Amino acid sequence: MAAYVNRCSNLLVFIFILSVFLFVDSQQTTPVNEQHTNTADNPQPAAESATQTAEEGRWEATEVDEAALGDSAADKLGVRASDTFVLTPTPQPKDDFQEELVIRPLHSGDIYASFQFRTLWETDFMRENKVSHYRLFPKSLGQVISKFSVRELHISFTQGYWRTMQWGQPFLPSPPGAELWVWFQDSVTDVDAAWKELTNVLSGIFCASLNFIDSTNTVQPSASFKPLGIVNETDHRFLRYATLPREIVCTENLTPWKKLLPCGSKAGLAVLLKSEKLFHSSFFSQTVHIRPVCQDRECKTTSWELRQTLNVVFDLHTSGQGKREWSLFKMFSRTLTEACPLASSSKIYIDVTDNPQEEYFELSPATPLLSQAVVLGDRRTFSVYDLTQQVTFGTVRSLNLLIRWKSTEGSMLRPLLHAERYVAGYGLQTGEIHTVMYNNHPFRSFPVLLLDSVPWYLRLYIHTLTVTSKGKDNTPSYIHYQPSKDRMRPHLLEMLVQLPPHSVTEVTVQFERALLKWTEYTPDPNHGFYVGSSVISALVPSSVAMDTNITQEQPLFSSFFPCKEESSYFVRVYTEPLLVNLPTPDFSMPYNVICLTCTVVAVGYGSLYNLLTRSFQIEEPNPRLAKKIANFIRRIRGVPLLS
Amino acid sequence: AFLLTFLSAIIMLIFICFCVHFQNTAGQFFSSGHTNNWAVLVCTSRFWFNYRHVANTLSVYRSVKRLGIPDSHIVLMLADDMACNHRNPKPATVFSHRNMELNVYGDDVEVDYRGYEVTVENFLRVLTGRLPPSTPRSKRLLSDDRSNILIYLTGHGGNGFLKFQDSEEISNVELADAFEQMWQKRRYNELLFIIDTCQGASMYERFYSPNIMALASSQVGEDSLSHQPDLAIGVHLMDRYTFYLLEFLEDIHPASKSNMNDLFKVCPKSQCVSTPGHRTDLFLRDPGSVLITDFFGSVRKVEITMEAIHLTDPILQLEDGPMSEEVQEKTYSYVDQLPVSEIIHQKPKQKDWHPPDGFILGLWTLILLVFFKTYGIKHLKHIF
Repeated sequence: MAAYVNRCSNLLVFIFILSVFLFVDSQQTTPVNEQHTNTADNPQPAAESATQTAEEGRWEATEVDEAALGDSAADKLGVRASDTFVLTPTPQPKDDFQEELVIRPLHSGDIYASFQFRTLWETDFMRENKVSHYRLFPKSLGQVISKFSVRELHISFTQGYWRTMQWGQPFLPSPPGAELWVWFQDSVTDVDAAWKELTNVLSGIFCASLNFIDSTNTVQPSASFKPLGIVNETDHRFLRYATLPREIVCTENLTPWKKLLPCGSKAGLAVLLKSEKLFHSSFFSQTVHIRPVCQDRECKTTSWELRQTLNVVFDLHTSGQGKREWSLFKMFSRTLTEACPLASSSKIYIDVTDNPQEEYFELSPATPLLSQAVVLGDRRTFSVYDLTQQVTFGTVRSLNLLIRWKSTEGSMLRPLLHAERYVAGYGLQTGEIHTVMYNNHPFRSFPVLLLDSVPWYLRLYIHTLTVTSKGKDNTPSYIHYQPSKDRMRPHLLEMLVQLPPHSVTEVTVQFERALLKWTEYTPDPNHGFYVGSSVISALVPSSVAMDTNITQEQPLFSSFFPCKEESSYFVRVYTEPLLVNLPTPDFSMPYNVICLTCTVVAVGYGSLYNLLTRSFQIEEPNPRLAKKIANFIRRIRGVPLLS
Repeated sequence: AFLLTFLSAIIMLIFICFCVHFQNTAGQFFSSGHTNNWAVLVCTSRFWFNYRHVANTLSVYRSVKRLGIPDSHIVLMLADDMACNHRNPKPATVFSHRNMELNVYGDDVEVDYRGYEVTVENFLRVLTGRLPPSTPRSKRLLSDDRSNILIYLTGHGGNGFLKFQDSEEISNVELADAFEQMWQKRRYNELLFIIDTCQGASMYERFYSPNIMALASSQVGEDSLSHQPDLAIGVHLMDRYTFYLLEFLEDIHPASKSNMNDLFKVCPKSQCVSTPGHRTDLFLRDPGSVLITDFFGSVRKVEITMEAIHLTDPILQLEDGPMSEEVQEKTYSYVDQLPVSEIIHQKPKQKDWHPPDGFILGLWTLILLVFFKTYGIKHLKHIF
């Protein structure tokens, strides 16, 4: 018995040490004790000094951290330990929920807040017996997945345009309006029918006009939009992509989105999601991504990941009242009091990379936890607030983060890749679409894949397609062009272009505007017609080694796009949507014509007809009153009347 | 133990007394004859200057939701987005009262048809239930012959028509026929029709189906007028009739005893400037006996049973033992997001059959050869 206890305690110690290393390796979380703050000039030395200094400091930190890490780390350990020992302590929960808020102060004085919610479920929707017991995963989406045999579903609703030049890259890009792309299972026979029905169902779930997605705005990309989840083979026949650039995004889209969260908007980070504040912003985007992911390192079994993200950029001048000061209360009109009780991890990350010594802004309350993560080809440092710890909320039992700027100068970010698009030309007959892509890397060239989907009523002259960089023709190494069919399908143009270092690449193509039928115009045709954003997928050279192991525990915001090689990272950039005026007829013309015709008929023909058909008679004028009286008297007298 | 049985006996006795009492009141409770409530709320106007029409519709939405009709039983159609319009100084709000006093948009609104979806066709399809099979439930009016339906319309209208989005209109005859179709398809028990538009009374004068009560904001030849101009928003916030209707409905609570006669008195000519009208000749019950909550509220009827109900077998969790034990051989992997070499060497798929290269040329050579072989070179002059 004693020996058994001894072995058990040995085992526990082993697990504990293992957890220490695992956690330190994966998260690189280092304690910044008060003694060490003076050495923390920049994050790297701080990290080094922390790793060099006392072992007990690390122990302390992990004691705090282990509870913080919660179930997920323990589960992982359970899995790993069970490989060697036949010991499974508790039945693992089959689903897991994590929530995260990343706040990044932008140089312009604006602030970028990104919410990430992830539900993982170890189940198989494609099995014969239907999945009927739902715990954390929303049932409405689970049923959609199994009914339509969806392999991956990505949907985004965005209000406003992400200004890459001012704000840098977002964690997860999305185009203005609504975007939907779906990979179906290869068991689906009629993909188009499933797609049509799926868009209708999603329009009901998200209170959106997704039912306007039909064959005229759906494309089937041949190289873009590779599956983001795990898959054996990719056949692009099972992919559908559509955008609705004019889709309005408002509270009615947010309400059903919040209902998909396990805690709703009742607890956890989601209490901050108040529509009045969220829509009073420069940029708002909410997305839902469903994909199969690896369950473990071996990747033989799949689990389903539902990732809900919400990105918002608050404007300094419209909502910050011009003062360079932000707090949770000012941003969301709420403070945090608790984590979602169903969440295995609930954290707030604040990007402090540019601010190692608090020279730009001041953060209160201070947190001892720092974390590093590789995001978009850059190693960033974050202050971490763990909401599962009561310590975080302090004595007032509520967390109201405050960021106060010290200096007002801000430099423009130079993103390595950005793009813009506009319509050139004059008149209502022809025009030219210009797409301009900037490679700001000083010495590396990299490939980009451009996808353009243009509605049929702009007739592209594909022979006028030119791609030039630095004044010379840049021949694309791959072109896929699918011409449009009137009222049937849009144009699809995909090109693989190599962007030379430090260059501007311009793609131009001319088009002619088609005349629509009378009933095809929208109720407000003078507003113009939208053309969806171009999508630019690129492999941008990374300045630090990327993390290629996706199964490793990472913050959610840095682990969306799977990364295959260390030297570059995948990024997707959307251009502006275009607003094009089509020749609009004078809709009151039929009315005018009817009025004019009727007038002509009534006045001209009518009077002539009158003249021709009437018989004219001379009518006796009425006898005068005196005559009448005279006649009356004569009648009494019996004398002949006066004529 | 004795005490316990005594106590339980007393509790049972009290319970039975209550039940008897409930059954007595139940008769009156069920007298309205409906078992569910639905609402179809439509704003047919587009553009910012018609802010008031959206606010009208949303204020009715707010009232019916407050009185208990769930979102799943409300079909809300808004032809334009005022809340997140760029001209709205306070996004995600629609105010019905001056000085931003009452936000009728709320924080959990669910709009079913919006923007270009609000058309005459869609409206009539919702009413008559003739929708494409893939239409989601939230966009359907799934009423039956025990349903009380509230239909509220607002927009710009004229004598005998109501405009939808400045591009089409519905006439009073079409509307009357749609209601008749609903009646024949047993899609309603009773129907309350309210319209806030110019010459609104013209819209209900052609109705001929039974059990319809109709109200309008103005008589034929009269305009409905707006109310509450707001300097910050820059437009009128509400129409007069709906403003006073909202004021009336704000005082209603689920147990209110107010009846339809009170509703008819809403907004007299002194307040409305126009003369609100109503029509009750098609309605079988006396309006004085019809509660406001018969249409604006939702029935929550509870039936009390004395019998114990035994649930069938407890729900068993499906064990997926064999599935998980079965070791899958294939290993999944993430795909490269931009596989450059793969894309470049991707073969374009040829759908149409093409003859092999040189086939056409060879065919022509053969034809020429046969020709010369047959006729010889000297006969060329017959050709040219």
